[in-house]
Amino acid sequence: MSILLDRDTKVIVQGITGRMAQFHTRDMMNYGTNVVGGVVPGKGGETVEGVPVFNTVKEAIAATGAEASLVFVPPPFAADSIMEAADAGIRYCVCITDGIPAQDMIRVKRYMYRYPKDKRMVLTGPNCAGTISPGKALLGIMPGHIYLPGNVGIVGRSGTLGYEAAAQLKELGIGVSTSVGIGGDPINGSSFKDILERFEQDDETHVIALIGEIGGPQEAEAAEYIRDHITKPVIAYVAGMTAPKGRTMGHAGAIISAFGESASEKVEILSAAGVTVAENPAVIGETIANVMRKAA
Amino acid sequence: MDIHEYQAKDILSGFGVEVPPGAIAYSPEQAAYRARELGGEKWVVKAQVHAGGRGKAGGVKLCSSDTEIQAACEGMFGRKLVTHQTGPEGKGIYRVYVEAGVPIDREIYLGFVLDRSSQRVMIVASGEGGMEIEDISAEKPDSIVRSTVEPAVGLQEFQAREIAFALGIDPALTAQMVRTLQGCYRAFTELDATMVEINPLVITGDNRIVALDAKMTFDDNALFRHPQISEFRDKSQEDPRESRAADRGLSYVGLDGNIGCIVNGAGLAMATMDTIKLAGGEPANFLDIGGGATPERVAKAFRLVMSDGNVQAVLVNIFAGINRCDWVAEGVVQALKEVQVDVPVIVRLAGTNVEEGQKILAKSGLPIIRATTLMEAAERSVGAWKNDLSQATRVRAVK
Repeated sequence: MSILLDRDTKVIVQGITGRMAQFHTRDMMNYGTNVVGGVVPGKGGETVEGVPVFNTVKEAIAATGAEASLVFVPPPFAADSIMEAADAGIRYCVCITDGIPAQDMIRVKRYMYRYPKDKRMVLTGPNCAGTISPGKALLGIMPGHIYLPGNVGIVGRSGTLGYEAAAQLKELGIGVSTSVGIGGDPINGSSFKDILERFEQDDETHVIALIGEIGGPQEAEAAEYIRDHITKPVIAYVAGMTAPKGRTMGHAGAIISAFGESASEKVEILSAAGVTVAENPAVIGETIANVMRKAA
Repeated sequence: MDIHEYQAKDILSGFGVEVPPGAIAYSPEQAAYRARELGGEKWVVKAQVHAGGRGKAGGVKLCSSDTEIQAACEGMFGRKLVTHQTGPEGKGIYRVYVEAGVPIDREIYLGFVLDRSSQRVMIVASGEGGMEIEDISAEKPDSIVRSTVEPAVGLQEFQAREIAFALGIDPALTAQMVRTLQGCYRAFTELDATMVEINPLVITGDNRIVALDAKMTFDDNALFRHPQISEFRDKSQEDPRESRAADRGLSYVGLDGNIGCIVNGAGLAMATMDTIKLAGGEPANFLDIGGGATPERVAKAFRLVMSDGNVQAVLVNIFAGINRCDWVAEGVVQALKEVQVDVPVIVRLAGTNVEEGQKILAKSGLPIIRATTLMEAAERSVGAWKNDLSQATRVRAVK
C-alpha cells in the first residue's frame, strides 16, 4: 500500500475547464490516474479530456463514485471549492492553488472540523505540487517520470525541491512509495506530523524523507512527533540557511518570525530528535541511500 | 503589505479603537501648521517609515513649540531612518505624523497575529508595554497573556474580559478594553490583516485607553478584495528592485552577494542559494519565477537580476513540473538576446522536456555554461565568477 492515493482511486478535478487544469488532467491520465470527471459550476454536461463535467461535487460523486479531488480553482474561489468537496463526501483533496488568503484557510480548517474524524476529508496543500504514488497514480502537477516506485516516503513543503530529491533518488536507483506536498502556505490542510503518521502505518514505506524550510512551527512539531512515535528512519533537509530573518521567501509561509523558525534552528531540533539531516540539497539522495544501507 | 502608523490608526479608529488626535505632514512648515490646528501644548512628531524601533533611532520627538517641531522635522525629512528592523540602509522619511501629546499612566503591549500552530488568530498582550515583544518574551515571559480566537464566532466578550483582568486593568475600564480588543479583532479579520500591533496601548492620566502607536500588516493574497488597502502601498518604503519585481509578478528578495539566481519554486530557490554558499559563493538574490513561466517572464527575471550592479554571474536553475524546460530554454535564449548580460550565465534544467530544453540552449550559439546537477551548477557559477574576476583583473593589469 501507498498512502492517500492508489491506482484505483477515483479522481475528479475541480476547475477542470481551465487551461492549466486541462493540461495536467491529461498528464495525470497518461500517468494512469483514474480521473472520472470534473466540476465547474455552470458547465455541467460538457466533456473535458473525455470525462464528464458536473455543476457540483455532489453530482459528480453521485454519478462517478469519486473519492478524491484535485482543486485547480483560482484563489478567490478555492476555499469555497475545498469546503464543497469536504461537504460532498470527498475523502482526499489536493489543492494546487497558490495565493489563497490566510483567513480563508482558517475558515476552511474550522469548517472541516464539523465532521467527525472518520468522515473528515484529508486535505493537502494549498500551494503544493500534489501527491504521487509512483507507478500507480498522480494527483497533482509533478512530472511523473522523475519518480521510481519504491520504499521512500517523501513529505515536503516545496514542490520543485521535492522533485530535486526524487530525481536524486532516481539517479541512485531508489524509488518512492508516496510523495506528498503539504504546500508553502502558513495555514495548510495537513502538517508534516499528519503525513508522518500515515507513513509510519504504511508497509510499503521503509524510510521517510522530510523536506522543510524556514518559517512556522511544523518542523519542530514534527521533530517531537518523530522522537515519540516514529520507528522508521527519518531523513530531513531544511532549505533557507542563507535566508534573511523577517523576509518572506516566495512561499507565504517561508518567513522567519520567531525563535525556532530559522533553518539552522530547525536542523538542530530535528537532529536532536534522532533525524539524519542532509547538510545540503545536493546530497539529499545520497543521505537517504546511506540511511537505507544502514537500516538493511 | 505594510502600511504607515497614521494609516493603521485611521483604520483602527474606524473600528472603535481610540487614538490621539493627529495629522499628517509632508514638510516641516506643514508639520508646524498641523500642530497649531491640533492645539494643545505638547506634540509628538513621528517619522512615518515601515519599521519598528523608531523611538530609539530618533524618529520620534516630543516638541512643545513651533521652532522645536520645525527643528525635529529638519532632522527627519529626506533622511534615512536606521532602526534595528530596517537594515543598515535604513528607510526614507517623506512624511511625518504630528500627534497631540497624551498623559501616560500605564503602557500595555497588544498584538494580534496569525498563529500557525493553532491555525487561528492569537492575541498576545503584556503589561510591559513600550518594550519590543522579543524583549518582553526574553526578559518578562511571565507577563505575556495569550489567547486564541475561535474563528466561527470571533472574539467573545468574556475572552476579552479575561485578557483585561489578566493585565490587571482597572475594572472601571474593562468595557473600554473589551471594545478595543474586539475592534482590533474585527479590523484584523474583516480587512485580512496578518498582524495588528499596538505598542504601546496606554492608559491615560484621565483614564482612557488609547493606541499610542499602531502597526498593521496585510495578507498580500487578500488585497484583491480590499482595494482601499492596496492604495496604501508606499513604494518609497520598498527596496526598488523588490518593487519592480512585485510589479512584474515575480517574487524577489535582494541580498548582498554577487551570484544572481533565477529559480522556479521558493523551496528550490532557497536550496539553490544555500548550495551557492556551500560552493564558496554568496547569492545576490532570491528569485522565484513561479509556475507557468513563459519566455517573457524569464526575460523579465534576467532584467531584474542584472539591474543589481553587484551581480557577477547568473545561475538559472529550473526543475520543470508546471514549467517545461523547452519554454524555459527559449526564455533564456530570448532574454540573452534582448537583455545585455555581460557576466557568465550558468543554466541547469531538469524535469519535463529536459532534452528539448538542452537542445535549444546548445543550438542558440550563446556562451551558456550548462550543468546537470544542482551542486555542479553552483560550483560552475562560483568558478565562472572567480574566473571572470581573474580575467577582468588581468585585462586591467595589461592596460
